[in-house]
Amino acid sequence: MTPQQILESLKSRFGEAVLDAKVDAFPDPWIRVAPATLREICLYLRDDGEMLFDVLMCLSGMDYRGGKLGVVYHCDSTVNHHRIVLKTEVTDAEPRVASVESVWKTANWHEREAFDLYGIVFDGHPDLRRILMPDDWSGFPLRKDYQVPEFYNGMKVPY
Amino acid sequence: MGLLDQKFENSNIVITSMDNLLNWARLSSLWGMQFGLACCAIEMMATGASHYDLDRFGTFFRGTPRQSDVMIVAGTVTLKMASRIRVLYDQMSEPRYVISMGSCSNCGGPYWEHGYHVLKGVDRIIPVDVYVPGCPPRPEALMEGLLKLQEKIRTESLVKKKSA
Repeated sequence: MTPQQILESLKSRFGEAVLDAKVDAFPDPWIRVAPATLREICLYLRDDGEMLFDVLMCLSGMDYRGGKLGVVYHCDSTVNHHRIVLKTEVTDAEPRVASVESVWKTANWHEREAFDLYGIVFDGHPDLRRILMPDDWSGFPLRKDYQVPEFYNGMKVPY
Repeated sequence: MGLLDQKFENSNIVITSMDNLLNWARLSSLWGMQFGLACCAIEMMATGASHYDLDRFGTFFRGTPRQSDVMIVAGTVTLKMASRIRVLYDQMSEPRYVISMGSCSNCGGPYWEHGYHVLKGVDRIIPVDVYVPGCPPRPEALMEGLLKLQEKIRTESLVKKKSA
């Protein structure tokens, strides 16, 4: 299926949950969806006979400036040989997204990384804790407004 | 036997002081604790392999700090790892030495400016004897670092406080 057909199929099924799209983007055409119906959309993408996106290649957090965070999902189908990118946006004040760990197990560690570095909380994740930074680190390093701490456990952090 | 047999030509007696004997014994069998953290670990493995052999200096890598003399910190020291490094250094028994290998453990390396997670130099937590610069240092550079450490041990004295 071409990205345009994937977009049509999603629109016909989910209507106004599909917010935005750019199907001629190079190299990855993307579709933005609302975070409330994200899990249903992912289940549909994985299970529908024409879609069959059985592999989540990557799940990344994003910080769009202006108090908006986001999550980007790169999905791939090994059966139908097509790919699509899904995007969602949440606000800084309420950074909660439904977890797709039950849809694709790959999301387990990727969502932990997005939580660790951006502070995006994934509802339904079985084990959401820091994965890269130390467990007692405070703050989310990859946010644009992050300030490097002066000391951590008695060690001076800046050069 | 470079140190001892220069003293006599033909006699069968070896007279040496306790200092020289102990120092020679210590520097000739520096058992290293393998502490490869990042890319420098690959160069350390290359130095220990057959082409640039470290075994001919008496060094071979031990897995435990309890049985090692020198800790070669090879690679980027993150803040998460730094507390563990301190624990492992404290577990080494004296005389113990530290070689800081590579740019990251010398001074933070390429992460000095923006690395929020990197300890800028392992000498912020443990005392270092020899710094080997490079990113990564060539095996010959690491060998020179080890030889410099051997020179440092050669001049030690039982009376004076040992390094670190």
